[in-house]
Amino acid sequence: MATINKRLKDIKRVIVVVGGKGGVGKSLIATTLSLVLSKRGHSVGLLDLDFHGPSCHTILDAKGVMPTEGEGIIPPEIHGIKLMSVVYYVGEKPLPLRGTEISNVFTELLAITKWGRTDYLIVDAPPGMGEEILDVIRLMKKGEFLIVTTPSNLALKTMSRLVKLLLEIRVPVLGIVENMRITKTKLTEELAKGLDIKYLGYVSFDYNLEGCISNPKKLLKTKFADNVKNILKVV
Amino acid sequence: MHEWALAEGVISTILTVAKKKDAKEITEAEIKIGCLQQIDENIFTTAFRELVKHTPLEKTKIKLKNEEAYFKCRTCELEWNLTNTTNALGREESEAIHFIPELAHTFIRCPRCGSPDFAVTRGRGIWVEHIKILK
Repeated sequence: MATINKRLKDIKRVIVVVGGKGGVGKSLIATTLSLVLSKRGHSVGLLDLDFHGPSCHTILDAKGVMPTEGEGIIPPEIHGIKLMSVVYYVGEKPLPLRGTEISNVFTELLAITKWGRTDYLIVDAPPGMGEEILDVIRLMKKGEFLIVTTPSNLALKTMSRLVKLLLEIRVPVLGIVENMRITKTKLTEELAKGLDIKYLGYVSFDYNLEGCISNPKKLLKTKFADNVKNILKVV
Repeated sequence: MHEWALAEGVISTILTVAKKKDAKEITEAEIKIGCLQQIDENIFTTAFRELVKHTPLEKTKIKLKNEEAYFKCRTCELEWNLTNTTNALGREESEAIHFIPELAHTFIRCPRCGSPDFAVTRGRGIWVEHIKILK
């Protein structure tokens, strides 16, 4: 625990992107947020906590890079972002893990990774409220939670459960981002009001987004990225 | 060089325990090294000695002991040890497990049924077995 605290001590803010449901766009929002902050001159780290389905490296097109060793592990910089992911070690092979094993991977990653002076560490969390989320709460005391959901009733209900948990254990919740909005609806905004947390705004469904994956420069020019920048103003 | 990070963790553990026990001096620490991570004992010892300079552990004697890594398949219940597996591991695979032992689930399979669903029953990580203190 002391080693983990030491590794995290030079990080100013930790923003944990969560959503409860899978496929709501957490990884794209977390990575785009990292890119935008980095372009603004901040020192940014991105930690991909989705051990079963890491995606950040694909969005950033991280190829042929590896962390370097030096009394710990120093993550490589990709488009100005210090990216840490299990993908460096397992590649595109499956990593089947059970509960405690997930916790162990997370603890090891935090204990070995040397982020150095970092303004923002963005954490891309997997779906659900299992080990990864509970371990972030336990081990990353600076964590502020950014909730991502789609306006689908199915996603909203799962997200709502997660928010209730976060509020119950009194961790900072930055607010809710409504992602993949196709038509105007008040569902997410009203739910945020009901949960007494901030509605941070919406990100429109961008039909061109898929073509920008693995091309961060192009990604930053999308309407999606513009919407993320607007969210950032509110955060 | 991951050994440096491990040494930091071990030192922190010893100091925390010694503080709880109101130790005036820590004379000896026995450290168990699980074979799964294939830790380089020389690098670990160098790191330990370097990191404890000007700390209450500067004169502490350290004893390193190895523990063979054992696995148990959750599907067919076979138990086997790392020695039966390492030959199949390449340098990159060994290095990955060196950093994060659970990555064994990507590279190791049950020798009998081929399942990746197994538990590491012994020999994972590094831990402080016991310390000797003076009060």
